[in-house]
Amino acid sequence: MNLPVDWNPAVQAFVYLAAVLVSAKPLGIYMALIYEGKPALLNQWLKPLENFFYRFSGVDPAKGMDWKAYAVAMMIFNALGLIMVYGLQRLQNFLPLNTMSLSRVPPDLAFNTAISFASNTNWQNYGGERTLSYLTQMLGLTVQNFLSAATGMTVLIAVIRGFVARQAKEIGNFWVDLTRSVLYILLPLATVLAFFLVSQGVVQSFKPYGKASLVQPLKGETGQDVSEQILPLGPAASQIAIKQLGTNGGGFFSVNSAHPFENPTPLSCLLQLLAILLIPAALCYTFGSMVGDLRQGRALLLAMTLIFVPCLLVCYLAEQGGNPVFEQLGIDQSANALQPGGNMEGKEARFGITDSALWAVATTAASNGSVNSMHDSYMPLGGLIAMWLIELGEVIYGGVGSGLYGMIAFAVLAVFIAGLMVGRTPEYLGKKIEAYEIKMVSLVILIPPILVLLGTAVSVILPAGKSGILNPGPHGFSEVLYAFSSAGNNNGSAFAGLSGNRFYYNVALGLAMFFGRYWLAIPLLALAGSLAGKKTVPQSPGTLSTHTPIFIFFLAAVVLIVGALTFFPALALGPIAEHLMFKGSTA
Amino acid sequence: MKSLRRERSLFDPRISVPAMFQSFKKLNPRHQVKNPVMFVVWVGCILTTVLLVQALTGQGEAPPSFIFAIAVWLWFTVLFANFAEAMAEGRGKAQAANLRRTRKETSAKKLPSPDYGTEPEMVAASTLRAGDFVLMEAGDLIPIDGEVVEGVASVDESAITGESAPVIRESGGERSAVTGGTRVLSDWLVVRITANPGETFLDRMISMVEGAKRQKTPNEIALSIFLAGLTILFLLVTVTLLPFSIYSLQSAGAAEPVTLTVLIALLVCLIPTTIGGLLPAIGIAGMDRMIQANVVAMSGRAVEAAGDVDVLLLDKTGTITLGNRQAVEFIPAQGVEKEQLADAAQLSSLSDETPEGRSIVVLAKKKYGIRERHIHELSAKFVPFSAQTRMSGVDLGDGRQIRKGSFDAVENYVKSVGGLIPPDIKSSVESIAKSGGTPLVVAEKTHVLGVVHLKDIIKGGMRARFAQLRRMGIKTVMITGDNPLTAAAIAAEAGADDFLAEATPETKLEYIRDKQSGGRLVAMTGDGTNDAPALAQADVAVAMNTGTQAAKEAGNMVDLDSNPTKLIEIVEIGKQLLITRGSLTTFSIANDVSKYFAIIPAAFSGTYPVLNALNIMHLSTPQSAILSAVIFNALIIICLIPLALKGVRYRALPAGRLLRDNLLIYGLGGLISPFFGIKLIDMILNWFRWA
Repeated sequence: MNLPVDWNPAVQAFVYLAAVLVSAKPLGIYMALIYEGKPALLNQWLKPLENFFYRFSGVDPAKGMDWKAYAVAMMIFNALGLIMVYGLQRLQNFLPLNTMSLSRVPPDLAFNTAISFASNTNWQNYGGERTLSYLTQMLGLTVQNFLSAATGMTVLIAVIRGFVARQAKEIGNFWVDLTRSVLYILLPLATVLAFFLVSQGVVQSFKPYGKASLVQPLKGETGQDVSEQILPLGPAASQIAIKQLGTNGGGFFSVNSAHPFENPTPLSCLLQLLAILLIPAALCYTFGSMVGDLRQGRALLLAMTLIFVPCLLVCYLAEQGGNPVFEQLGIDQSANALQPGGNMEGKEARFGITDSALWAVATTAASNGSVNSMHDSYMPLGGLIAMWLIELGEVIYGGVGSGLYGMIAFAVLAVFIAGLMVGRTPEYLGKKIEAYEIKMVSLVILIPPILVLLGTAVSVILPAGKSGILNPGPHGFSEVLYAFSSAGNNNGSAFAGLSGNRFYYNVALGLAMFFGRYWLAIPLLALAGSLAGKKTVPQSPGTLSTHTPIFIFFLAAVVLIVGALTFFPALALGPIAEHLMFKGSTA
Repeated sequence: MKSLRRERSLFDPRISVPAMFQSFKKLNPRHQVKNPVMFVVWVGCILTTVLLVQALTGQGEAPPSFIFAIAVWLWFTVLFANFAEAMAEGRGKAQAANLRRTRKETSAKKLPSPDYGTEPEMVAASTLRAGDFVLMEAGDLIPIDGEVVEGVASVDESAITGESAPVIRESGGERSAVTGGTRVLSDWLVVRITANPGETFLDRMISMVEGAKRQKTPNEIALSIFLAGLTILFLLVTVTLLPFSIYSLQSAGAAEPVTLTVLIALLVCLIPTTIGGLLPAIGIAGMDRMIQANVVAMSGRAVEAAGDVDVLLLDKTGTITLGNRQAVEFIPAQGVEKEQLADAAQLSSLSDETPEGRSIVVLAKKKYGIRERHIHELSAKFVPFSAQTRMSGVDLGDGRQIRKGSFDAVENYVKSVGGLIPPDIKSSVESIAKSGGTPLVVAEKTHVLGVVHLKDIIKGGMRARFAQLRRMGIKTVMITGDNPLTAAAIAAEAGADDFLAEATPETKLEYIRDKQSGGRLVAMTGDGTNDAPALAQADVAVAMNTGTQAAKEAGNMVDLDSNPTKLIEIVEIGKQLLITRGSLTTFSIANDVSKYFAIIPAAFSGTYPVLNALNIMHLSTPQSAILSAVIFNALIIICLIPLALKGVRYRALPAGRLLRDNLLIYGLGGLISPFFGIKLIDMILNWFRWA
């Protein structure tokens, strides 16, 4: 392997992680104040507005909900969002702001996109600039970018309240949590980021698409002369900001964050990277703050980071190491002053290996579907890391809300096993973990792998599934496995190389996204309800501490082992076989 | 004290041989279905057997010898798990058989009314019902549990407790309960029957030790759910491997897909068979260890709860301190020689047979060398303690009158004969009381000589045990009828964390409720009827076997040794039960990693030869690799049976240390050991050319 001698990549990664971890604490504590209804500047200034929403919609903010009422409200709200996005796509040709006169979206694709955005997956079977009108983008996708992220946060907050409450039935009010998530957290952050992005050159416009004459005319696919390029425009910056902050990732344009109008400069790249992990990391401190012990939140954050850093390192080294086949041909793949070196296939020259690997690892860790390079073109090990981070259940930072609630589920499981090993009925944050909790947590941990493995198995057997696979051998298998991993875990990132916009994949992936989201949210709310009803057991020296290095290490090990045991056979037939073939070809 | 049962070696043939037969009986699907993990293995056995028949009779998917070897070892896996359960049950059954022998059909003398002397009617013991009265005379076997309403008798309870010394049973008070299966040795009793046949203490004991009515405990249920979840997950992982394999073959253009035999072998290796197979045995063995400690738990739930106890209520007298106070110091009044006081105190105590009195004589001899004298030689007359004077003492032949008693009593006495209390006496008395001791004032007529310091003697090793409990996270609370001042001093000296002074049944109950509402689990021991409400309220309530029927009914465990410090042992057994489950679960899951490295390259190197690189153990052939993993998986169950029956050793350490140690042993050990085990089995298989 050709290791770069300069420290640039290490410095970049360090600066990035440091920025995420440093900003996590203040933001996390701020969010805790917001959810607890304690004064935190913004919620004092905008209080009249918040109250207006409640009066307008007839919500009594003081009224608590039990977990069932909370779940029902959440499901109804999400169903409405889903119908809204579907309707907008199907009717966009009759609606205003269809500047480019795009036709209505086919029903299967509309179905897929609607679930994709309601479930915070943001899987892209559509090509933004060729399929969706400005109105659909703004009222459908951008709105869902906010609301799906807020939904994840509400479920998380309900779970946290389960730990905080003592012998109570109620776990908060869904409408209040939702309103506060959007009004005091997502909207202000997105507004600030959108302005930054515009300053870097991200477009924000209602104008029709621009046209530019090519300096160097090209030959088209059928041999025709191409001398003009269409430059798609639209209200992009406002959507990109929340796309990253809300771990959504559905691109405004087809090629997502590799598009120069979505992600023009290294600085925009860094800001967006920061936005991707910011809220998921900060929510750990929100958790710590609300349960009254910041160390608990920090422990989860450290466990996540413990997995993240080695994954980043492996992915970077795999990509910077370059392609062994090229090496055989005598091509110089080392980094030097003139070239970044490594495997540059499918990567943008303005990001290079480091920013691409950082982006790939951060987005797959964080359930953010955006891409700034082609994961399909990564070296098998680089692609393996991206895929495996998704398959771990999107808990390494994970989606806003969803990542932490997934990690809490793992923590409950880890506490259960570790608790038995110290000879006490396991308790997490003073709540006894009993059969009901284990049942709910098992559901949360089992359902995504079931969706991924079953979906992949069916697709590689059915002709409808097989016909969408563009590459042969283990790589083709990886493409399907990646697609279902992404959908079943609500990531949304695509390996590409799979023609996903077909009836079969639109429906199959749509269903995987739907169950991957709501089949987890409901058991989690049930868990919250059960925990809230319990007494809080005081700490004693016999209690297992859940903030110590040994527990952090154990928690990370549980996540890794469950992920490894579940996916090792499938990965062996995909990226691992491919990697060994690459190595074999040079031997 | 003799243990209830003889120590049995782990593989005593009297238990292990029937257990082998039991293992085959337990192959019944109706039994297997109760344990989801082992049921999956059982189904795998059936499937591979069918595949074997297919291979033998026609075109099989793999060589019959390979399928045969896999099928045999899968059946062994199920049998080994059955054997573990049968072993644990066998140990209980042997004990139950002993107990059952004491339950013979007898006749009883039924009385029409609870009065001694009325004409008894001979009836079969089995016709007796709760509320009947029976007469028990010397030599009679008590047919059924009851309460003495009249009479005093010595009773041989060795059948239940293993203790050969007879005990006294009498009406009223703490010793009124009699247990079915015990025998009256002398005198007579009129007993009111308190249990119907089949519901007696003996019956409950038999059913508990036999494990017949064993219900899964809460933690066991939670663990079973988790294990079932893992089983579903691995079932899915292996089932989807078939389509994955078929697809890979098509695109690689290679040989045949992975066989069902290999997939079943992989599945059985992955699902947590080690813990799944041993889980019932661990639970039964936990109850068994309680029996070994001479404690009968009325439910498995109680055993498990014992591990969770946060607060331990212990009676001061008899548990923390020796039953009696002892003299430790003579403090003379001003102007009195120490020897003079010691001499007077000794004289007044010569005929005082109370332990306190004896201890004064002993101290006088030890400290001042005052020989014991005989009271008749001094022509002295002993004045025993009376409720009126609240003093005892001696009237000597030379007219001296020595009295000792509490400060108030002696003050009254001295004043009545015209004496005065020296001021320094009062301060000595106060300082002794403050330190938790009992002052005994000695006076000779009008002359107060000084004070004897009587002290509660803490049992040896109590401080260390309490410190140990503290490290385990358990708070000890001393319960005493003493005043708060004395209680505080003794609690501090014994190292108890807290005390409840001037305790009454109400304050005890209140204290337990208060702790429980704070989320704590409370354990206590008790023997008297007045303990019953508190016992009923406590989460772990150990009744002394010598206690009343009411106390035994209220508790959820009975200590046959009637040893109040047994609670500490009970807590350890409870913890050990959970630790064994947790550790074996960790071990079982950690094992899976190495099995992948054995089976995945073996199963798929036909499709992608490059996957042979994952064969890091360098197992010789794909078939021997898979077989080795399956054999390892089966043998590990047998190897861990002793651990499951005996339990993982528990040491009183803080939770963090325990977790670290157990993770190193069972987590890391579980990760590494199968690499060696599988490699070794592979080498043996090849040495003998079995695969």
